Amino acid sequence: MDRTTIDMWVGIFVTLGVAALLGLAMKVGNLTTNTIGETYTVTANFENIGGLKPRAPVKSAGVVVGRVADITFDSATYEAVVSLTIDKRYPFPKDTFANIYTAGLLGEQYIGLEAGGDEASLANGDKITQTQDAVVLEKMISQFLYNKAAEPAAPTGNSESTKPEADALGASPLDNIGKQPATTTE
Amino acid sequence: MKSGILVALVRGFRMVGRRCIDGIWRLGAGMRLFWLTLISSGESFRRFHLTIREVYFTGVMSLIIILVSAFFVGMVLGLQGYHTLQKYGSSEAIGVLVALALVRELGPVVTALLFAGRAGTAITAEIGLMKATEQLSAMEMMAVSPIARVVAPRFWAGVIAMPILAALFSMVGILGGYLVAVPLIGVDAGAFWSQMQASVDWQHDILNGVIKSVVFGVACTMIALFEGYDAPPTAEGVSRATTRTVVTSSLAVLGLDFILTSFMLSV
Amino acid sequence: MNSNIVEIDNLSFGYKGRMLHQGINMVFPRGKVVAIMGGSGSGKTTLLRLIGGQIKPSKGEVRVDGQVVHKQDREGIYKLRRKMGMLFQHGALFTDLSVFENVAFPMREHTDLPESMIRDLVLMKLNAVGLRGAYKLMPTELSGGMARRVAIARAIALDPNIIMYDEPFAGLDPISMGVVCDLIRTLNDALGATSIIVTHDVEETFRFADYIYFVANGVVAAEGTPEELRNSNLPFVHQFVFGEKDGPVPFHYAAGDYASEMLGSDL
Repeated sequence: MDRTTIDMWVGIFVTLGVAALLGLAMKVGNLTTNTIGETYTVTANFENIGGLKPRAPVKSAGVVVGRVADITFDSATYEAVVSLTIDKRYPFPKDTFANIYTAGLLGEQYIGLEAGGDEASLANGDKITQTQDAVVLEKMISQFLYNKAAEPAAPTGNSESTKPEADALGASPLDNIGKQPATTTE
Repeated sequence: MKSGILVALVRGFRMVGRRCIDGIWRLGAGMRLFWLTLISSGESFRRFHLTIREVYFTGVMSLIIILVSAFFVGMVLGLQGYHTLQKYGSSEAIGVLVALALVRELGPVVTALLFAGRAGTAITAEIGLMKATEQLSAMEMMAVSPIARVVAPRFWAGVIAMPILAALFSMVGILGGYLVAVPLIGVDAGAFWSQMQASVDWQHDILNGVIKSVVFGVACTMIALFEGYDAPPTAEGVSRATTRTVVTSSLAVLGLDFILTSFMLSV
Repeated sequence: MNSNIVEIDNLSFGYKGRMLHQGINMVFPRGKVVAIMGGSGSGKTTLLRLIGGQIKPSKGEVRVDGQVVHKQDREGIYKLRRKMGMLFQHGALFTDLSVFENVAFPMREHTDLPESMIRDLVLMKLNAVGLRGAYKLMPTELSGGMARRVAIARAIALDPNIIMYDEPFAGLDPISMGVVCDLIRTLNDALGATSIIVTHDVEETFRFADYIYFVANGVVAAEGTPEELRNSNLPFVHQFVFGEKDGPVPFHYAAGDYASEMLGSDL
């Protein structure tokens, strides 16, 4: 085989390979949507972040404006400290509200930003003070079950009557978890 | 009677022992060849046309089998994925399924298996025959190191060709999946691509796939080279070595895939 | 300057306890054609490998140009080998290169000559063996005799001081044999080199060799010029020269008593 022919074929081969890799990165992967130019970083504390992971999207009005850069635990306040990198093109007011949402019922979790009305904008290193924790599914279910159990008992206003009723339902220990705080607060 | 059992037992142990020693010896000899190849790689870069020539034989010549298999694998993934996903009413996620399956696993792994069968056997047979016909000895006598002149260029060619082939495999596979999902089944083209882009990550999926294929390239090529270099210089020896190349490469690829995947998922 | 280019001094060599050579002494004067003769399996080819430094002797030493071969490091051995050209038993041409590239191989590896000069040199070498017209052919397209001649052209590509021939006549028809015979003599004289020929073809060798060593049972059994040996009354030489079936070299491989082995039950 002639050397120039080999060179040509290998050239085509390598070019195809690079094109495929670029194609994968651009068309299939999120390299294009991922490359945020200049960013600024803000932090937000949450009592519970649920299943939030680093690199999860940060959205506002459904548009991806940044990513979760890092998640650490603050042992002084027992809170999760989430740092967010946000595109410089999108300034947010100081009193922006950060929520942890879930995409769909079981989807991945992301951070949603709701702009407040402050004149001043968040700068690099600022902290978002108003946050709302992730909805933990187990908590929600147990709350729901507790409410269901408490409903018929509520008119009587007697805490004692709720107990036998719950037992009569023969419910799982899940009920008790929800009930525990209710009885102690009374 | 009793001594018969004892003799059989001793023979069994002896066989196990010999297999183990043989395996360890081969591993050591393979590592030694790997090291020698690395330190005598200068030649294959200084005279890069030697490597280019081998890229032609290992890479370009494997293109057809890789591309055709990729196309079919992609189409099958599309069909199977659709039938399962539609039960959950999420047939738009088919793009994600096809892309992730190909980029993370099937692309690198199937390419490596096909590579071992197509290019690996060719390398083993070629080097085994070069040894059997004293071509390697002749090179030695001409004061040319066969490792620098024959082994190293083939090694680097394999390492270069494998990620390229894997990338092409994934790309063509996704194209095959697209053809089944969009024109054939009628999934919305926009949903197909956008869902894919939303969940395929450049670093965690694509880059890791490339890393995998580079590792597989090193393993497959090195095994093929070692088996050829180590083959007894007879027709039978070369044919056995060729068989062993396929078996060992396949096992190595699947084993390495598990190790790499567990590493990549834990990080 | 030493008048002997290669000296073998009390050399012993063996694999795993079976000694092939037991104290061999030989000298190869500059400019001569020296033949090493002996039966199959008497370790003649191994002697060439020992001279080329591909294997290390168990005892004794081989000196090439005054330097002990097995005490050289890799660089040193390669340096010595550049003074040697070797013709392997079956030519050992590189099957993936054309005739031209085969002869050009040592030049490309060891020199930085411009392409035009390499072309001229290769054609000169091929012309010397009468195959200038075949430069485009691949080794598979050559007959056995032609392949042997191309291999000779490759062996002399760098004008070596020592040319070693391993069984240059094996499997050749009488015409090719005569051609190769003449080539060895003329090349030796034209290049002013020393030729070492390992062979068991009595007729041809006696016609052109200057000096002959007979190797049997691991030692030099006889030596001398062809005339001396032809008139020798050593029983071994007589048997070899005249091709007698039985004599000092027995027809049977060493074995136990025939009758007792056939009648006895245990081997």
